[in-house]
Amino acid sequence: MTTASADAHGHHGDHGHDHPEHLAHHFDTLEQQFDSCKLGMWAFLLTEVLFFSGLFVAYATLRANNPEIFSLAASFLDTKWGAINTVVLLISSFTAAMSVRNAQLGETSKLKANLIITLLCAGAFMGIKYVEYSHKWHAGLLPPGLENSMFNPENPWVPEAAHHDIDYLKLQAEVNVMTPEERVHTMTTLGRFFGVYFFLTGLHGVHVLIGIGVITWVLFRANRGEFGPDNFTAVDLTALYWHLVDLVWIFLFPLLYLIA
Amino acid sequence: MVFLVIIPGIPAALGNFALPMMLGAKDVAYPKLNRFSYHLWLTGALFFVIALLTKGLDTGWTFYAPYSTSHSDSAVIWATMGAFILGFSSIFTGLNMLVTVHKMRPDGMTWFRMPLFIWAIYATAVIQILATPVIGIALLMLTIERALGVGIFDPALGGDPVLFEHIFWFYSHPAVYVMVLPAMGVVSELISNFSRKPIFGYRSIAFSSVAIAIFSFIVWGHHMFVSGQSDIVNVVFSALTFSVAVPSAIKVFNWVATLYKGSISLDTPMWYALAVIWLFGIGGLTGLWLGTLGTDIHLHDTYFVVAHFHFVMVGSAIFAFIGGIFYWWPKMFGVMYNECVAKLGCFLAFAGFNITFLPQFVAGSKGMPRRYFDYAPEFASYNYWSSIGAMVLGVGLSIALYSLVRSLMGERKVAPANPWGAVTLDWQCTSPPPPHNFDHAPPVEGPYDHELVRWKESLNGYEPVDPVDGDPNLARMGSAKTV
Amino acid sequence: MTAQAHDSHDDHHGLGHVLPVKMLAGVLGALLFLTLVTVITGSTYLYGFDLAIAMVIATTKATLVCAIFMHLRWDKGFHTFAFIGSVLFVGVFLAYTLTDTKQYQGDIRAYSIDETANSAFAAPLQDPIPHAHDGDDHSGEEAVDH
Repeated sequence: MTTASADAHGHHGDHGHDHPEHLAHHFDTLEQQFDSCKLGMWAFLLTEVLFFSGLFVAYATLRANNPEIFSLAASFLDTKWGAINTVVLLISSFTAAMSVRNAQLGETSKLKANLIITLLCAGAFMGIKYVEYSHKWHAGLLPPGLENSMFNPENPWVPEAAHHDIDYLKLQAEVNVMTPEERVHTMTTLGRFFGVYFFLTGLHGVHVLIGIGVITWVLFRANRGEFGPDNFTAVDLTALYWHLVDLVWIFLFPLLYLIA
Repeated sequence: MVFLVIIPGIPAALGNFALPMMLGAKDVAYPKLNRFSYHLWLTGALFFVIALLTKGLDTGWTFYAPYSTSHSDSAVIWATMGAFILGFSSIFTGLNMLVTVHKMRPDGMTWFRMPLFIWAIYATAVIQILATPVIGIALLMLTIERALGVGIFDPALGGDPVLFEHIFWFYSHPAVYVMVLPAMGVVSELISNFSRKPIFGYRSIAFSSVAIAIFSFIVWGHHMFVSGQSDIVNVVFSALTFSVAVPSAIKVFNWVATLYKGSISLDTPMWYALAVIWLFGIGGLTGLWLGTLGTDIHLHDTYFVVAHFHFVMVGSAIFAFIGGIFYWWPKMFGVMYNECVAKLGCFLAFAGFNITFLPQFVAGSKGMPRRYFDYAPEFASYNYWSSIGAMVLGVGLSIALYSLVRSLMGERKVAPANPWGAVTLDWQCTSPPPPHNFDHAPPVEGPYDHELVRWKESLNGYEPVDPVDGDPNLARMGSAKTV
Repeated sequence: MTAQAHDSHDDHHGLGHVLPVKMLAGVLGALLFLTLVTVITGSTYLYGFDLAIAMVIATTKATLVCAIFMHLRWDKGFHTFAFIGSVLFVGVFLAYTLTDTKQYQGDIRAYSIDETANSAFAAPLQDPIPHAHDGDDHSGEEAVDH
């Protein structure tokens, strides 16, 4: 296989030496190059797993120590949007996997269609995130350091009546019956929850944005007809990255939104 | 020093140069990523310079919360972002090395024919890939917390400061081995080559590198004995800490066993290697005192700790790094340095180092705390000797640097392809190496079979032995070398 | 290139493994179904097993994505080994940190009780500002005054 694949694609080598077209100078065969790229990508995915792990640890310690406050906090998140986003992301993951297949078979038009659907889903995901974030921004459900956060321990934000105050009234009813010590603990812990929430979903969102950028780049290359059976590495690795983004969300969704 | 010098020093600087050659590969797997990681390193360095020039940094390299998030008035964000970027530089180096070792080995280069330096870099790469992202996220959390007050670490905002220590040390303990494992790899090469003996216990050294890489992930709590974590966890971490001593000791004993009855030639790199054995011996053994729960509580945050980690970080990692530079210098630039000057530099640096840090063990055990700008009068004499030692160390390192720079200027003393009689593949190409490292693919033998080369006066270096028995491998070896 | 592609729909095509559409669609169906299940189980009380069940479902979904979408089933064993290894390291990280986190919560709590007097939350939460008041200029002061 090793030498065979190099020979089989030898006719591409029209620029002066005996390398196949897509083979970098320091690799011997296309297979070696492909395997190296794939291993490198997997190694990068491992770093991503560990990268998110720090936040999951932050989440777990918070939750393990304050289960009741935690379910109160989660009741401010909207399961509906979370579930819709999960579906959107799963569909995009499917089209990403399809695009790898298309690239492998050299089906350029289908490849482009699948990449575009993936991009649309990613855009929809970010749109829904925007809806969720802007709701929380106006409702003061923010990390405690921000000025318009109702958890700001120095100068808590107070909403105007009838303006985004449903969450606030609910919280007020919960915490005003507590002792001052309990209330301080509850409010600061809720603040930390929203810190972790925004951090986790925000970092995930950044990954989605990066994914949008990379998929767009792959789409441009697909449009130039670059991909085919012996050159689909870029599509494959991009899809791997996109699946990882999906994997993270698969865990984030139940952990953040589904706490009764 | 930690993020900018020791961590990238051997894996990135020496590893990128020597590893593909030792492996017999044309290049690392991702040359462009390699350059990108260098640019990241430069950017990170720039961030640190900005931090220094603006408000400085008073948190130490550990950035403990909540001081760093809510109270410090210094340029914490510049520094943490700098370290964040440097972390990615380190990850990409590790990733590159891992893939290179897996995929770029030529025919015949089996796992157990790889020189031990490559094993060490490989184990380091595993740590870099698995641990470095965690410091990335820790620093990112810290930066965001400082900028926006997300309240993850600061208890005033509902946060958990010990959580930061956990996340920080989950990386930073393995990072200690990112620093010291490559150093051990360099020393393994040097000891074997300058003893002209196959390394004793090749496989045990190779596996001990991997074992250290894995153990390093389960001992981080020994930095946190006084952080308020539970006694059970303290005891478990203390016990596990000793497990790291086993593979470390395996290496040291094997080096010493290699020296035994070896034909030792005391060239400059060997001086450094021997210095590392001494310094790592002290640094490693004092580490056991700190791993012991009872003594650590007494010695925690004293100069004893400072002395211990300088013996390991500087004494082992930096000395091995410099030794490696002296070892590969002829290969890098094709010139020989002046042995006498280089040895003088090594001697002074070694002496200065010991004078600097040995008194700190005593001062620390008597209770001199670290991170204070002043000290009680009874510690004056220790600090006096430390200061003298530091100056000697500085002079020694300057002389070492001078000998290297001098070799490039004026009348150059041209280096042969193989001045040390080493058998690893990096010495089978010309000095400096051709663009793709080898004009002909070199034959792969065991890395430490010193019978394969012999001294030749006219070359002023070593050459492969003649193919007297008609061995085609040796014949090819000769043709690859003569240019 | 396309002609070459059409004549071979075998498992090992060129450099990688081509997955049939049916299998990919089946996985998508399974993932959507499991999402539905987890939403339903998440909104009912399951006697303290909520988290465990949600995690089992999430792990199943993750396994499907890894094994099929990410080709791990047909890929080099080393990739699977490395990926599972990284998850194990995350497990070690989580397990150690969690074992111990209860231990010092008392200290953090004590700190926050000491700080209670400094916190705005020592007083009950304000009522929302009445809309008629149009508190543009001194809504901040209002909050402190009450």
